[in-house]
Amino acid sequence: MTSSSRNYQLRRIPGGRFAVLTTVIICFLTSSTFMTARGSKPKRPQASEFGLGPRHSMDRRYVATLQPQQPLRRRHLQTIQVSITDAEGLAVDGATIAVDGGMPQHGHGLPTKPRVTKNLGGGLYEIEGVRFSMGGWWEFKLFITGTPGVDSVTFNLNL
Amino acid sequence: MTMPIATNRVVTAIVLVLMLTMASVASSRGVRWTTEQVHELSMLTLSALEPLPPDPTNRVADDPRAVDLGRRLFFDPRLSSTGIVSCGSCHSPDHEFQDDRPLGIGVGTASRRTMPIAGTAYSPFLFWDGRKDSQWSQALGPLENPAEHGGTRAQYAHVIVEHYRDDYERIFGPVADLAGIPFIAAPVDDPTARKAWMGLTDPQRNAVTGMFVNIGKSIAAYERRVEYAPSRFDRYVDDLLKSGHEPEGVLTRDEIAGLRLFIGKASCTQCHNGPLFTSNEFHNTGVPARPGLPLDVGRLAGARNVLNDEFNCRSRWSDASSKKCAELEFLDSDGQTLRAFKVPSLRNVADRAPYMHAGQLATLADVLDHYNHAPAASAGHSELKPLHLKVQELRQLEAFLRALSGGTIAANVLHP
Repeated sequence: MTSSSRNYQLRRIPGGRFAVLTTVIICFLTSSTFMTARGSKPKRPQASEFGLGPRHSMDRRYVATLQPQQPLRRRHLQTIQVSITDAEGLAVDGATIAVDGGMPQHGHGLPTKPRVTKNLGGGLYEIEGVRFSMGGWWEFKLFITGTPGVDSVTFNLNL
Repeated sequence: MTMPIATNRVVTAIVLVLMLTMASVASSRGVRWTTEQVHELSMLTLSALEPLPPDPTNRVADDPRAVDLGRRLFFDPRLSSTGIVSCGSCHSPDHEFQDDRPLGIGVGTASRRTMPIAGTAYSPFLFWDGRKDSQWSQALGPLENPAEHGGTRAQYAHVIVEHYRDDYERIFGPVADLAGIPFIAAPVDDPTARKAWMGLTDPQRNAVTGMFVNIGKSIAAYERRVEYAPSRFDRYVDDLLKSGHEPEGVLTRDEIAGLRLFIGKASCTQCHNGPLFTSNEFHNTGVPARPGLPLDVGRLAGARNVLNDEFNCRSRWSDASSKKCAELEFLDSDGQTLRAFKVPSLRNVADRAPYMHAGQLATLADVLDHYNHAPAASAGHSELKPLHLKVQELRQLEAFLRALSGGTIAANVLHP
């Protein structure tokens, strides 16, 4: 019993020190990152905010999912299909979708002017002319006007 | 059979010593890469370069006869007003197809720096301002630029008939009848050439322009095959990917430290990414204006010019079967930045000082200092933010950039 308790302590102490050290380092890193972000550029969202969706629009009128023809790549002109449903999950057809975006930390928009070129039916739309010229955090925004109303959805993409 | 306690302790001690030794070796080398970093490196090696993309606007782009004709035209000084300037005069194969000068010198002095040719087949837009959308339409620009070749398309059509007729006809069919067409005639600013051009009939103008276009398409067929050769950096990454171990003796410790900065803290791969180390985009990086030159607005004008270019993808001279030219169709001509210039490849960068679009920065150290301090732009807004790199880090970055030199290879032979 004594021996087991001692062993427990022996294992425990270095771990505790490590945890304290880690906490200190994380606090330092977090504070310096925060200072940089506050001082100069918009803060990158958490990892959970990134991805192709499904993603709710700002006022939750729509749910949009990006379906690239190939995995998203840097530099290449590419086509992305987007599936749009209403809040109940029903496909939204006949919507008008405007595309925008950019790199918030670099202060520039998309390098091209992508637009919806095909309404494929079943709530599926094809967006052509998308290019991500750099690596890093990109915002890809869709402004949707359809029967459920006017709303916008922003995807955070890591290229 | 149970191991005696003493033996057990010895084994444990040996294992511990071995582990510590291995850890210290790895840390003294300082070359451990994370999985994410290895992925980043794998996208930069020349081995990751995709096959040459097709050029649907140029039907002879991959015709070996056009490559050969284009190579000879590329080095032919008869394609100039003075008879002494060829494409190769500024794009010298002995100098990575550039000229080491701040501003190109043809029959006059150009307003920008000569760009290297390797890898341009992969770029949707050419020139520092991207005012051309194919290699062949790019090649035609300098031929009629008064500061570069200074000649006219009528002159060049005559050169073909006199010196290249058989080779030309084997590729493109019969040459045009140039009887009565003066040597100097083109829709250029020079009043004599312009007046002569206006005096031609439409069929005559089209015949001359058609031959001029074919000169460009032949030169482009040659230029498509001017490619980068692998550097020590590529060997390092390829060895790393193949063996899964840190290659030894390929890059120095400083070069590796520089590479680490390049893909990390210095954020170079934000723009200099992919196997050609360029996003092929245009940015205002606050490069100072060159004294004595008028304001150069860069991409702001280039984006508009390419849409109206006589020889663009949508033009009658393009061979694209469909006139759906995606690069033009989705070009954001209104959203371009003042004084944005093309992101150049960094391959062979150490071998082609001076730097920037008008040779404003003399050395690699000057370039790194510029990015480190991020000065305000002379016009428009610089996208740079100060990097706050230390002197040693700048030196390491420079060391890494020097490891990107691998030379250039060209189709057939390098010289005419």
